Amino acid sequence: MEQAETVAAGRRAMTLRGLLVRIWRVLARPSGQLSLGLLLLVGFLAGILFWGGFNWGMEATSNETFCRGCHEMDQNAYREFRTSAHDQNRSGVRATCPDCHVPHDWSHKIMRKIQASGEVFHHLLGDLDSAGKFEARRPEMAERVWATMKATDSRECRNCHNFDSMDLSRQNERARADHSRAETEGLTCIDCHKGIAHRLPVGTLDAERQLNETWNAAHPNPSSR
Amino acid sequence: MVNRTILASLLAIGAIVMASGVTISPAAADPLQSLRGQAAVDDPDPSTPIYPVREGTRFDRSYLQQPPMVPHRVDKYEVDLKVNQCLRCHDWPRNAQENAPLVSVSHYTDRTGTKLDKVAGERWFCTQCHVSQVDARPLVTNKFQPAIEK
Repeated sequence: MEQAETVAAGRRAMTLRGLLVRIWRVLARPSGQLSLGLLLLVGFLAGILFWGGFNWGMEATSNETFCRGCHEMDQNAYREFRTSAHDQNRSGVRATCPDCHVPHDWSHKIMRKIQASGEVFHHLLGDLDSAGKFEARRPEMAERVWATMKATDSRECRNCHNFDSMDLSRQNERARADHSRAETEGLTCIDCHKGIAHRLPVGTLDAERQLNETWNAAHPNPSSR
Repeated sequence: MVNRTILASLLAIGAIVMASGVTISPAAADPLQSLRGQAAVDDPDPSTPIYPVREGTRFDRSYLQQPPMVPHRVDKYEVDLKVNQCLRCHDWPRNAQENAPLVSVSHYTDRTGTKLDKVAGERWFCTQCHVSQVDARPLVTNKFQPAIEK
């Protein structure tokens, strides 16, 4: 009885292996029946389908509706984003989640998407499935984003805000002084602008000073920051 | 019997009041003014004007103990149990580097008189007393006079 099962399993493995071998032979052999034109046409259409589908998938997972799809984001990150300066302001220009959290250029975007699979993993583990858990992890999560922003010289901020287009003369006195200092000293947006879309973690001011000190010590040349 | 006596005396007092010409009818007194004005209940309420925050100047205090007003907007600042964004610039010792006025030293003493080097908990919520300065008109006319001549 046991022997018969082993034999059956062996046969199944054989047939699977046989199938794979047959597929490989078909793929490796030059086509005898199909015209090159048909092969090119099919390949072309399949290319459109796959590449278009891939990009469609990227777009479909880079918008606010998708981000709010899990309740961790909807109940915490999104809820506190509402009424923040990036959601409600005088001119009605609004940033959505991916504007700040998904890089716009392709290679960085792919890297971020791969990292995001880790976030799906933590969603499945339920690491943030209550307001208390979210709050407990907020310092860690916020500091991670701050460090990323420092490493990228606030790349996502600068998709909209850049020093060259900033009319300092239209800013108030404090902003003008600090922005011109920031430009000459090579500071980056996140050095000062924290909590501009989400609530801040406990101990923000100390964490900020510590991050700026350790980071600036490790990157002494402002131009390399 | 007692009740009847009380009733009788009340009626007598009422007659005297009416005879003496003293009116206690509310219609003759100044009509009550609500903050909403004279609009009827089912009329739309006229919106109150929104005054822009005056930046770049500092309003004088009207009396010595007045909490100084804030010469910039603070509406998007987070001030809660975890964080106080005002203190990013106005707390000792960072105020020197930020070139911002220091929180009054009285705010570094708690209610038992202990001196601290952090803002005392009972002084934590800045906007409870300090507000952004605007040229708002008084909501109701009043006789307030500033302590100093302007």
